[in-house]
Order: sequence, then C-alpha cells, then structure tokens
Amino acid sequence: MKKKSLFSKIYPVLVFGFLYAPIAVLILFSFNSGKSTAVFEGFSLRWYEEIFRDTATLEAFKNTVIVAVVSAVVSTVMGTAAAIAINNYKLKWFKQATLTTTNIPMMNPDIVTGISMMLLFVFIGALFGKTGTLGFTTLTIAHVTFQLPYVILNVLPKLRQTDIHLSEAAQDLGCTPIQSFFKVVLPQIMPGIISGLMMAFTLSVDDFIISYFVSGTTSQTLPIRIFSMTKKRVTPDMYALSTLIFLAILVLLVVSNIITARSEGKKKSKKGGA
Amino acid sequence: MGKKSTLLSRVIGAPYILWAVLFIIVPIGMVAYYAFTDATGAFTFDNMLEIGKYTDTFLLSIWLGLLATVISLVIAYPLAYIIANSGENRQKIMMMLIMLPMWMNFLLRTYSWMTILEDNGFLTTTLNSVLEGAYVILDEAVKILGGGLKKPFEPIHLINTRGAVVLGMVYNFLPYMILPIYTVILKMDRSLIEAAQDLGCNKVQVFKNITIPLSLPGVVSGFTMVFVPSVSTFYISQKLGGTGTTLIGDIIETQFQTANNFHLGASLSFVLMILIFICLAVMNKFSDDDGEVII
Repeated sequence: MKKKSLFSKIYPVLVFGFLYAPIAVLILFSFNSGKSTAVFEGFSLRWYEEIFRDTATLEAFKNTVIVAVVSAVVSTVMGTAAAIAINNYKLKWFKQATLTTTNIPMMNPDIVTGISMMLLFVFIGALFGKTGTLGFTTLTIAHVTFQLPYVILNVLPKLRQTDIHLSEAAQDLGCTPIQSFFKVVLPQIMPGIISGLMMAFTLSVDDFIISYFVSGTTSQTLPIRIFSMTKKRVTPDMYALSTLIFLAILVLLVVSNIITARSEGKKKSKKGGA
Repeated sequence: MGKKSTLLSRVIGAPYILWAVLFIIVPIGMVAYYAFTDATGAFTFDNMLEIGKYTDTFLLSIWLGLLATVISLVIAYPLAYIIANSGENRQKIMMMLIMLPMWMNFLLRTYSWMTILEDNGFLTTTLNSVLEGAYVILDEAVKILGGGLKKPFEPIHLINTRGAVVLGMVYNFLPYMILPIYTVILKMDRSLIEAAQDLGCNKVQVFKNITIPLSLPGVVSGFTMVFVPSVSTFYISQKLGGTGTTLIGDIIETQFQTANNFHLGASLSFVLMILIFICLAVMNKFSDDDGEVII
C-alpha cells in the first residue's frame, strides 16, 4: 500500500518533468543575451524589447487574434444553432448523416483537411480565372469549419440533459417559444456553449497545419510566421513572445481557478457544510 | 413544444448543413477529383500508380505513429489513473498542468527539443560522458579477464534519429491520450469496484477485470487522437528527424508547397485518408461505445 502511494507521488512528477522540460528551456533561452537558442551567454531582456519592434510578428499576432475571434464567434453561433437542430431532427438517417459529417474534420488528419480546403479554394479561384484566392477569407472559413464539430459536441450533451418540461412549463405560463428558448433553454446549455467557444478560440490560435495550406502569402498568422522563422535559425525573440503568451495564459487560468474555488467555497458555506 | 417552434428549431440548422456540405463534403470530393485527374483535367490512374513508390514511406509513417501511440498509452494510463484517484484539488491542478503546455506554440515546443537533443547540447554530452565512463570500466574489466573490446567508443546521437521523431510525437500528443482516459476512469461507476471487492477480488483482479475493460473507450479515443496526428505529421519529422526520416506528411507537404504537384499530393492524401478511416473503423470495433467522441 505504501509502495503504491510512493509511485503515485513520483510518477506524475516524472511525466510533468518531461512535459515541461522543453518549455523550461524555451523560457530560459528567451532571456539569453546572445543570438543563440542553444548556448546561454548571459541574462538580458533584449529579445523582449525586440518583439515589440518586429512589425511582421506583431502583424501576425494581430491576424491571429482577429481570425480567432471572428471564427470562434461564427462557429459558436452556427454550431449552437446546429446542435439545437440536430437534437430536434426526427429523421433518424438524416440525424446520423449530419453527425457523421460533423465528425469528419475531427477524424481526418489536419493535413488532409487543410489540403482538401486548399484544393476547393484554388479550384473555385481557377473557375473565375483568378489566382491568389487564398487569404484572410479562406483562412477564416477553414477555421470556422474545423471548430464547428467541437462546438456542436460541447453543446449537444447539454441539450440532451435539459428538461423539456421546463420549456413547456414556460410556454404554458405565457412565454412564446422564442422567449422560452432564451429564458429557459439557453441558460441551461450556456456552460456547453462557453466551453465550445473557448475550445474554438484555443484551436484557432494554436492551429498551424490547416492555416499553413489555406492562408496564402498575404495573411500570416503567428504559427505560420513561427514556421517560416524556424526554417532558418530561430532567434530568441520568438521564445520571448511565446513566454509572454504562456505567462498570460497561466495568470488567466490561476485567476479563474481561484474565482471558481472561492464561489464554490461560498456556496458550500451558505449550505452550512464545511 | 408547439409545431411551429420545433419546425423553427430544425430550420436554424440549415446554415450549418449548407456549410458542412460546402466545406466538408465538397473538399473531400475535390481531393478525390484531383487524385484521379491529370493537369488537363482528364481522368487518369497515373497518380495512384505513382503512389507505389511511396509504400516504404507509408509503412515507416504507420510504424513510427504506432510506436508513438503505444508509448503514449504506456505513459498516460498510469498517470490518468493516478490523477482520477487523487483529491479534487490535486486533480484540478494536475489537469491544468497537462493542458497548459498545449498553449505554448507546438512548433516552438518541438523546436525546443532540437536545443535539448543537439549533439553539443547538455543532454547528449552528459549521456555520452556517462556512457564513455561505463565503456572504459567495461573495457578494463574485459582486459583483466584477458581480452579487450574490439571497437572504440562511439558517441551516440539523439537529434536527427527516428527515436527523436517518436519522442517528438509522444511529447506533443501525450495530453490527447491522458485526457480521454482520465475522463472515463473518473466517470466509472465506483460501486462496481466495491462490489468486486466485496465478492473477493483483490486489487490486481479489480484492476484487470473492472478498471481496464471499463476504461477501454477512453483508451480507444486516446489511441486515435494520438495516432492520427502522429501518422500525418510533417513538422516533427522535419525538425527532429533530419534528412533520414521522411514521413508521408512531408511528401504531401512538399507536393503542395514546393513541388506544386497537386494531383500526386491529392492522391497521397486520398490514400492516407482511406487508411486512417480503416484504422478508425477497426478501433471502433474494439470498443462498444455508442459512437460518441470523448473529449
């Protein structure tokens, strides 16, 4: 018994060591005074200053945020509507066909999803005799497409859990169907919508492979910019940038965890429990 | 609900249906179209026949992907089990620690491994001096016994090997294995375990007869979530595998980004897609879940 608990203490430390080793290296070298990402010469903040002067990187960062916000909002609205519809479909084969299609972008390798959309965009461009169809619009369309399944699969389980009698009761009490949706159903599925939105946003910010094929040369996102930089020798400014992003996320997560822990604590103390 | 509102609730799905047809189904049709046509648009089998040249690449990709998936499973299962059986706060913190690295750009995390595995990097030099020390001791021991090792010590390389590629895959996709397994273990009906214990099962028996079978859907889900991106990767093999390890993803990427041979690229993607769907179908046979994806 004691031996087992020792293992369960040491083992996670080992795995987390493995997961965080490259991140530690990355953060360390973001403070390197030299140009290398392999030999540490001394502590400096020069790369942190450098990123704010690198206009191409800042532009890429801006593109990333814009695409992520636009695509996450579009996919969340469309996906939530789709989940409600799927939940109400009576034709069994149609429902199943829709769900299967929804699963395709999740099961397909990203590279296949990326090139399949690239081929479509290039083909349509060729039909209208245009080259260079790839750009901001195609990038956003692609992001919406790969986010949709995650939104739908986050919302659907919540819809299945909602009590249909509640919205019926609301309508009996004089609500129109639309009012009862916004007042009764929507609040119940909100957690699913929020986690779908968060997931969509995260996937968008992080995506490289699909973006790489559909973005063309005009609208670089940050991962694509990083990719083109890692083709040559990377300077620590990229490390500095991702350290900043990493710290921002860390702070966000810690704060949100503290807030939820506090509100749960309050609930518990209200109930009179420990 | 009234008839009108159910009708409305079905109609709002229309934009998505349209979107899915346009941007999921039609693009797959495009892949098939490009795979079976030549530059003039005429039907041809040439691209498909050309794929034969890449059989070894396909096999290597599948082999390395499988290896990475199995290693991930071996690492992830005990961790997921430990986390699911910890206290609530510890669970939250550990899950956060698992998700957190995914927020650091995947390209840079992989690039960072290049620093670690480099020939004059810390890890390789330490490993080599330890190995060399062991070798010298062994050599002396053999000499005492009246022999001598034939070959002089050769330093090992970590970067630009297949091992490094597998390491990169395991590193990048490990969270996708941990998450679904953790979820199923957490949701498992604890009363079943208690019942088994009451009926006289010891810990090993409980684990073998209850925990493992019940966590199978999570394992299957994790297996596909690691296997699919591993098989189709191109960045990891480019950065950690050097020139010796070319995977199918590398070849597809080249066709689209530099060689501009969309037709060959499309036919390779088409075959890759079919292979993966076959794998998924086989995997789903192993689990009896109702087709719902566990995220």
